[in-house]
Amino acid sequence: MIRRLWLLLIRHIDGFLLAALSATLLFGLAILYSASAQDLDRVLSQGVSLLVALAVMWALANVPPQHLMRIAWPAYVLGLLLLLGVALFGDISHGARRWLDIGVARIQPSELMKIAVPLMLAWYFEKRERSMRLSDFAVAAILLLLPVLFIAKQPDLGTALLITASGFYVLFLAGLGWKVILGLGLSAAAFAPVAWSLMHDYQRQRVMTLLDPAQDPLGSGYHIIQSTIALGSGGIFGKGWLKGTQAHLEFLPERHTDFIFAVLGEEFGLFGILLLLTLYLLIIARGLYITSRAATMFTRLIAGSITLTFGTYAFVNMGMVSGILPVVGVPLPLISFGGTSMVTMLLGFGILMSVSTHRRLVKH
Amino acid sequence: MTRRPELRNHQRDLYYFRLRLTVGGSIALFLFLILLARFVYLQIFQHEHYQTLAEQNRISIVPIVPNRGLILDRNGVPLAHNYTAFTLEITPSKVANLEQTITDLSALVEISAKDRKRFKKLLDESRNFETLPIRTRLNDVEIARFAANRYRFAGVEIKARLFRHYPQGEITSHVVGYIGRLNDADLQKLEESGDFPNYRGTNYIGRAGLEQSYESELHGTTGFEEVETDAGGRAVRTLSRTPPTSGDNLTLHLDLKLQQVAEQAFGDFRGALVAIEPKTGGVLAYLSKPGFDTNLFVDGIDTQNWELLNNSPDKPLVNRAMHGQYPPGSTIKPFMALAGLELNKRTPSFGINDPGFFTLPGSSHRYRDWKVGGHGFVDLHKSIVISCDTYYYGLAVELGIDNIFGFLSHFGFGKKTGIDIEGERTGLLPSQAWKMKRFKQKWFVGDTVSVGIGQGYFLATPLQLAVATATLANQGAQMQPYLVRQIQNAKSGGVTPIAPQTVSTLPIKAENLELVRNAMIDVTRPGGTASRAAAGAPYAIAGKTGTAQVVAIKQGEKYVESRVAERHRDHALFVAYAPAENPTIALAILVENGGHGGSTAGPIARAMFDYYLLGKLPARAAGAVEEEEGEHD
Repeated sequence: MIRRLWLLLIRHIDGFLLAALSATLLFGLAILYSASAQDLDRVLSQGVSLLVALAVMWALANVPPQHLMRIAWPAYVLGLLLLLGVALFGDISHGARRWLDIGVARIQPSELMKIAVPLMLAWYFEKRERSMRLSDFAVAAILLLLPVLFIAKQPDLGTALLITASGFYVLFLAGLGWKVILGLGLSAAAFAPVAWSLMHDYQRQRVMTLLDPAQDPLGSGYHIIQSTIALGSGGIFGKGWLKGTQAHLEFLPERHTDFIFAVLGEEFGLFGILLLLTLYLLIIARGLYITSRAATMFTRLIAGSITLTFGTYAFVNMGMVSGILPVVGVPLPLISFGGTSMVTMLLGFGILMSVSTHRRLVKH
Repeated sequence: MTRRPELRNHQRDLYYFRLRLTVGGSIALFLFLILLARFVYLQIFQHEHYQTLAEQNRISIVPIVPNRGLILDRNGVPLAHNYTAFTLEITPSKVANLEQTITDLSALVEISAKDRKRFKKLLDESRNFETLPIRTRLNDVEIARFAANRYRFAGVEIKARLFRHYPQGEITSHVVGYIGRLNDADLQKLEESGDFPNYRGTNYIGRAGLEQSYESELHGTTGFEEVETDAGGRAVRTLSRTPPTSGDNLTLHLDLKLQQVAEQAFGDFRGALVAIEPKTGGVLAYLSKPGFDTNLFVDGIDTQNWELLNNSPDKPLVNRAMHGQYPPGSTIKPFMALAGLELNKRTPSFGINDPGFFTLPGSSHRYRDWKVGGHGFVDLHKSIVISCDTYYYGLAVELGIDNIFGFLSHFGFGKKTGIDIEGERTGLLPSQAWKMKRFKQKWFVGDTVSVGIGQGYFLATPLQLAVATATLANQGAQMQPYLVRQIQNAKSGGVTPIAPQTVSTLPIKAENLELVRNAMIDVTRPGGTASRAAAGAPYAIAGKTGTAQVVAIKQGEKYVESRVAERHRDHALFVAYAPAENPTIALAILVENGGHGGSTAGPIARAMFDYYLLGKLPARAAGAVEEEEGEHD
């Protein structure tokens, strides 16, 4: 009886992925304990989010991919409607209109779109698989840009860019022509000055700050200056767990959320960073392996997009904290404090596991 | 179409998909390697740099301001000292709404409109991130009340501060001077001189008087405390401490009691007095009347008091003793007489018949004696005792301006005396070269005539007159006047005496000195111009009166004191030293609009000598002067 229950529990779990994820999550909790000034409540609350997220992951892992396909377009349409709702009735917080109050809770529809957009695109290409043309890519591009424009308008440029990235990965893996990619790259470069003129002041400021953080050391440059100091002063071996001066004397802003990586770098040094990079690469490698063995167009595209998007999140956050990318509000995946991003992230890994474990069951 | 091409198609698709996946994975790996390179750069190659920055972040160096040295009179009576008081201070950079905060504070602690005004002024002048006092000298109740409400006021704190206080503020104002808050100009100067690090945390700097000229001795060495702080600037713990070294204490030659005697003797008169120990040049008393309360300046003087002081017709801020330049008048006569003897232009027995005026050959212009009708037969002795002008008109012409310039230079006229406070003026000892430079005119004999009685272009500060008198008393050896007798190291307690400095020595024949001295003694005896000054004194005073004109009198017009507006009346001068045979004190007194030297300045000198030589305090010094003043009305 217990054996059967156990089998039911682990039947659709990818053991390798779960091991790598668990190691990363535990490492994350240890860093969070230090980053939140040894606040056990915060670690516990993160632990609860984690359990919820793991449950979601398990649930998704048990949903066969063909069922997922069925919810693709309804999720997308719902997300789009919610975004429209945000644009019309959304709550403003910190100068941006991102939240929608639906009575019982305030939700952030852009979070839903992180999964809904690649799902929708993967579904679309699956449907067009037999006779794919360039026009299909144009339709996919429109499906991608519609929500992205809404989100960019909120304004939430970081999320908009990341969703664009996740959608682009689907297009790329679906076989978007190299020439088209080159053309897009060139026109993006040409469009850059126009984009600059359309950007909000604070957004421009962030880019300027990246180029020269010292110009406003107490204002917008403060984050980058303090986080690079934290990283650099960590050295090879780090200052030791709970001993980071930048973190514990409160020089490091947002140290338990977006800038938690600086705490890791300060306390565990280059070795700690290498450990995290290795864990991330293992997860990505496993994701790519699952993707390469996926049986259908839909599963390949969704698994590939989820894997590459995960890598993008990690790269953007670490790049921002170490001062080579502008400051955009992207959490460090699996480590940063915050329930929503944790759930979104593990939901994605649930889909990956579903793809991984339902492979043989899908008949083709 | 069969399954074959479809199958091939499928495999080809899979191949291309995996190729693309490999490209995607490789790009991801490549980006991670870029990150790794960045981390290696930051954590290995730039580690030391960031290590230092982190330490700087974490450890702030908190300066510990040294106690400023004390200024004491010769008997150890404090003229400038420090006391601890609690101040309510605001760090403007940490306060969101200053106005509101101050208004909220005023509910707990009394904050007057004056406090607000002063705070605003400080705010305008202040450096960033500095804390500024909104209220000084809090009482216990106010401290308790604020302490209970402290949580409501971020960026506001109570600090124990040392305050400078001048217990003798007004009497010693022009000697001791005052300190004021550091401003941007001071900071720039400090940075240029390289003293800036030692002024970290210091808010004050000497602005005038000894506080200014002995700034480097008084300030001391700033100590430091290494404190671990968090990002909010709150100290977490102290890591190390280097204690400050207090500033040196200054002990003056000045005798406060003597200074007080002088102050009282002046009564309501304006003027200046400098008393010097002839053998050393040590300044025993230094007064410029009226003075002002230097305590007003310590924390930034408010506009109202400033205007009161600055616009007063009595000009209390002017240091008359060194900044005021007056014609020396007849006080120059003993020096002229000595010049005549030394340069063999006069013998003691040589005399003139004084008709009451002097004319140059070939001119009808009459240089008048102060006494209409003249003094009859006048020799050198009598010329000093009764202060005959005609005698000196002729003597000056015979000496010639070059000789006069050369001889008087040895007594310190026309140049700075080198006293150890700043702001001294040179006076004016006229010469041919000076006139050519100043007016582009050659010197006329007529110019020499009035120089002979200390008029014309001739100007001297009361300090210069005192130095010249002390030089005379010291038989021709001019000592540099100085206020600070010794500097005491506050840490070791070691005392460094300041040695007297000889400026120049003029060999003067003893018999000539005696001739002049005897005449000056007779000035203060019956028949002399200052006979009242020495009446009944058990020691001999050598003195000389003088009068400095404030407005010119026309040819043929008579100066009648009672008819002249008070501020246009002549300044009274008196120079003297005592005991005449072995002088221990020499002084010069200027009483503005005091009329005749003997009657107003003489009694002041007498009060000084009585106290200094006999330890006798004047019974009713102020009253006596008031009585004298009555004569003028």
